[in-house]
Amino acid sequence: MSDLEQFRRETRAWLETNCPQSQREPVVEFEDRCWGGTKWKFTSDDQKRWLEVMAARGWTAPDWPAEYGGGGLNKEETKILREEMQRIGARVPLFSMGLSMIGPALLKYGSEALKRQHIPNIVKGKIWWCQGYSEPNYGSDLAGLQTRAEDRGDHFLVNGQKVWTSYADRADWMFCLVRTDPAAPKHAGISLVLFDMNTPGVTVKPIRLISGKSPFCETFLDNVRVEKDQLVGELNRGWELATYLLTHEREMIGSIGQSNVDARLYPAAIAELGLVHGQLADSALRTDIARWEMDHRAFELTAERITDEATAGHGVGAASSMLKYAGTEINKRRHELLVAIQGQRGLVWEGDAYDHGITATQWLRTKGNSIEGGTSEIQLNIIAKRILGLGRE
Amino acid sequence: MALVLDEEQRMLKDAAREFLTANAPVAQLRALRDERDPLGYRPETWRAMVELGWSGVLVPEAQGGLDFGHVGMGQISEEAGRTLTASPLFATAVLGVSALVLAGTGAQRAALLPAIVAGELTLALAFDEGPRHDPNVVATRLRKSGSGWVLDGAKAFVPDGHSADCLLVSARIADSAQLALVLVERAAPGVTVERVVMADQRNSANVRFAGVAVASDAVLGGGEDAGAALSRLADIGNAHLAAELLGLAQEVFQRTVDYLNTRKQFGVLIGSYQGLQHRAAHLYSEIELLKSLVLKTLQALDAGSDEVPVLASLAKAKAGEVATLATNEAVQMHGGVGMTDELDIGFFMKRARVAEQLYGDHRYHLQRYASLCGY
Repeated sequence: MSDLEQFRRETRAWLETNCPQSQREPVVEFEDRCWGGTKWKFTSDDQKRWLEVMAARGWTAPDWPAEYGGGGLNKEETKILREEMQRIGARVPLFSMGLSMIGPALLKYGSEALKRQHIPNIVKGKIWWCQGYSEPNYGSDLAGLQTRAEDRGDHFLVNGQKVWTSYADRADWMFCLVRTDPAAPKHAGISLVLFDMNTPGVTVKPIRLISGKSPFCETFLDNVRVEKDQLVGELNRGWELATYLLTHEREMIGSIGQSNVDARLYPAAIAELGLVHGQLADSALRTDIARWEMDHRAFELTAERITDEATAGHGVGAASSMLKYAGTEINKRRHELLVAIQGQRGLVWEGDAYDHGITATQWLRTKGNSIEGGTSEIQLNIIAKRILGLGRE
Repeated sequence: MALVLDEEQRMLKDAAREFLTANAPVAQLRALRDERDPLGYRPETWRAMVELGWSGVLVPEAQGGLDFGHVGMGQISEEAGRTLTASPLFATAVLGVSALVLAGTGAQRAALLPAIVAGELTLALAFDEGPRHDPNVVATRLRKSGSGWVLDGAKAFVPDGHSADCLLVSARIADSAQLALVLVERAAPGVTVERVVMADQRNSANVRFAGVAVASDAVLGGGEDAGAALSRLADIGNAHLAAELLGLAQEVFQRTVDYLNTRKQFGVLIGSYQGLQHRAAHLYSEIELLKSLVLKTLQALDAGSDEVPVLASLAKAKAGEVATLATNEAVQMHGGVGMTDELDIGFFMKRARVAEQLYGDHRYHLQRYASLCGY
């Protein structure tokens, strides 16, 4: 038996023993996904235990180095772990921007001290990280950001305003893009810094969305003191990190359609509409669902293929933009169809009998998928310029 | 299994591209059309393909083939889609070989496969009976007569039907629900072949069978029901048509991007306009999605997976949609010059539509997919 087969067998057995049954149920509510952090309220003992046993092996971050608490697995082993988790429908034990964004950036660009300070806490889900990127006047044109960080000798003094800060009201720390050289060209005067959300001068105000939820906040920064040792990478080289982080964000948002949930739509449609002569009663909806399932399957396979190509060393750059564009557009279509399948019931807003309008709120939430992390139009710009080489004079 | 080609498959793909670009580019199809060539392909090109071993890619080693599988063959199909190469590759080396492998007896395989490998025998699958793919309509009848059989009926739009040495004909056995697949010489008495010149300038034919005598050893599998084999044959055909359409879409897209990067209007490259950039980038994304479905389907065929019917329909449906988009955008983005015969763009559009209609367009396959899933 090869080492990998042995690893698969042991992993399967370990997951069988350690993954609680309740953590193999599909993710429905926001809280079904554990985000960690000091303010997190576990929905059950199972959720807490599942995080702890996985974090103890470093399997919340399976391919990160073991010396910082990660799993230390190679690509093949990581893939096997993912497959074995999917096999039993195991939930991802921890879902966070620490894992998907700032962690990888720290591992690549951070000082040894920053890695030792932050990586183990990310792996264990002890800190909820939020992202200070967009500003009221700088969304798609992120590099124009104006939040200032003045050099005050042993520290920076930060002033400005961030917007669309995901869950800033629940987060413990922020990784934040700031302007450290106002005189330099816009891409060349940006740095990435980290600070505790409890620092004096940080004020957070949730934004109510069309879904009725407030997953995003405005964050006001008034004379916030940030220690110099919390600068990630080099001063004024923050745009390189920002781009690196955006790539990770795109992959995360693009992969929203992938989860442990059976994403196919037809079982719900059969339950709702019934079959006439073996076919869904609404033939136009039947075709819409089949076309969506085609694109969804194609997207999942493409994510797999691009990972496999990267493993084999044949990867192409800018693939994350293609995956982000395709994945979010497909996910939006999915939720349009979920509403259509349920008819009026899919648009109910309140009431116990209607799951408190979850279909409608989720549908509205997905409208943001193709805006956050760079709009679909920005992704198309990137594909056109970087992959197709269009518009060069 | 990883969704990437292995080293040998990559080498075959590179070799196929090199050979086809050098020996059978779009200019060859154009010349065949202009000359109104009665055969519809260049025999010397086919001979060279045979020497490269392509006629035997799907043939088991025992019968002298390479047994290299559908992923390997699919790379050749894809590359032939880039160059729009007309040859017996699809009808003979994909469908003919697969029919014998799936439904033939040991004796039939031993007698016919080596001849195909050697380039001495070409085949054509006579399957559909109307202009739209419908595997449930088989009015062609095979009835018992003495020690053999007699075939009566008609088949429509048979690829290579006018040029192949022999036809593989699907028929219903008289007074039963059973299907059979029989081998009939094109020149046999009672067989009438009428060539149909299609928009893509490839070979198609309407074929009639009037009291055609069929020896009992010409019935594949000795009379076992061929329904399952025919269904799998259509899946194989669609997988390779999807691969061909993938190659076609990539090539016509590359030519379009090249044009956007050279053509100037208002003093600037037209590729600098966002109105065109976004449409091109969207098309790029669609082609990437198609690539994955095609490779997965070819892998499923080699693995004998239960998912073959579902994947073949998804791949063909997506291929039809993407190739339609790619060719429509190619003409539109080339503007007036895209409408001219002088440019090759029109050849891609015409082949895309014929290849999509063969064995079912995207509408057919979306419906079939839904039925296979139980809705």
